[in-house]
Amino acid sequence: MKASREELLISLLADRLAGDRHVAVGAASPIPGSAALLAKAESSRPMQVTVLQSRRHNHFVEGSRELFDCAAQGRIDSFFLGGVQIDGQANINLVGIGDYPRMKKRFPGSFGSALMYYVVPKVILFREEHSRRSLVEKVDFISAPGSSEEGVYRPGGPKALVTGRAVFEFDRIRRRFRLEQIHPGETKKSVEAATGFAYDLGAVTETPAPSAGRLEFLRGEIAPKVAQFYPEFAERMWGVAAQSAA
Amino acid sequence: MAIQQISVEEIAEAVPDGALLGIPADYSGVPMAVTRALIAREAKELRLFCLPLTTIQGDMLIGAGCVAGIEAAAVTLGEYGLAPRFSAAIEAGLLDIQDSTCPALHTQLQAVERGVPFMPMRGLVGSDILRHRPDWRVIDNPFADEGDPLVLLPARPLDVTVIHAPYADSEGNVFIGRRRELATLVHASERTFVTVEKVVEQSLFESEATAAGALPAFYVEAIAQAEKGAWPCGLTDLYPPDGGELRRYAEAAKTATGFADYLAGLGLSPRAAA
Repeated sequence: MKASREELLISLLADRLAGDRHVAVGAASPIPGSAALLAKAESSRPMQVTVLQSRRHNHFVEGSRELFDCAAQGRIDSFFLGGVQIDGQANINLVGIGDYPRMKKRFPGSFGSALMYYVVPKVILFREEHSRRSLVEKVDFISAPGSSEEGVYRPGGPKALVTGRAVFEFDRIRRRFRLEQIHPGETKKSVEAATGFAYDLGAVTETPAPSAGRLEFLRGEIAPKVAQFYPEFAERMWGVAAQSAA
Repeated sequence: MAIQQISVEEIAEAVPDGALLGIPADYSGVPMAVTRALIAREAKELRLFCLPLTTIQGDMLIGAGCVAGIEAAAVTLGEYGLAPRFSAAIEAGLLDIQDSTCPALHTQLQAVERGVPFMPMRGLVGSDILRHRPDWRVIDNPFADEGDPLVLLPARPLDVTVIHAPYADSEGNVFIGRRRELATLVHASERTFVTVEKVVEQSLFESEATAAGALPAFYVEAIAQAEKGAWPCGLTDLYPPDGGELRRYAEAAKTATGFADYLAGLGLSPRAAA
């Protein structure tokens, strides 16, 4: 049994969520969503996984502001953010390419990032596309900054950047990424060639594949749960159809 | 007392051109029947205040030439891709956008709910969102010993809000369940119109279970019955989004002509000036 790239990512993200009390994931996030469901199933203590578009797995009852109110109080431990562009200081841009406001290429907008990035202790930046187009020296628009000036309330922020090629840790003091893992098939050189910003080098080991037991568990037990929330992804990944309404 | 029951078209007539219009998110109660009626009556210069984002509703109104400005945390077709008429309008410089973030939009309406001129919010400091919002202010937290910059957001009273909901009783109490962001929109709005799948006889206040999910009639000016009134968006657990239709829209709306053809299929056309 060989893990696919997506399964490798699910496995490494699940490791990072171990021990969390409350993880929230959004509608367009099948890989982080799968990782959260795997981490919950493996967790020895209660873990709330909120899948925002779900009925059964979204227990907010005060309207959609409750997620942000919870986050601002520190009740959400981990959250995933992405970006049209992510830069070397971990600034993220979800708004577009070019000069604001009349941009060359307009994307949806910043969603809740301009609060969540500040207050959720463990934000994992996740962007499968790892190219000089997505990982840039400087973003065109800062939806939310990677770090803040001294005196700004900032209990949260980026811990790591996970892509389809590698894993970087974010150093909040140096305000720089540090390459720590490269996925099978990549080299330090290939990662450097695909990255638009400068970064430090850590130990740089190869991302470990999930154990055979974990992979079996993911495919057998977790895949049907994933299919409830991300049916197209589960069908494509594992040929699993949704069993019941989400 | 019985609520005034009018038609979907009459609701669209009651939304004046130039109004600041409250817009619910796709997971809430999107009034798509009224949206089509607004395009049919060639509404213009609307300003959309999205709580906190919009999907096909905002994109169609923008494409049809009904919108002068928008405040939102996102405009997107979600899993069906970018909102093509929105992106095209921004790229052509035809749409005034005030980029925001989800909790800021909630906070500005919560200030209206409380009758206070502003409310503070964490985050935002150092973002380009804040840099482009001269209507927002940063102060030092007056309760801190030093520093601690904090963003103040002004109350943003809405002119009109239109929502779609599963049902109302004959008094006009509307069942919104736990979609409480709809209540926030309504509380912050001078006028509110609601379309519903059906009208039932028994008052929502007969039982605690339905009372807990009620939007009271005293906020609501009139209701209209509109079966499948959120289509092609979904409505809570009553019907899911129509993926086929949304995919068709996402593809058609990639070009202005494709969008016009899509509207024509609904018996509509964009405003001539658009």
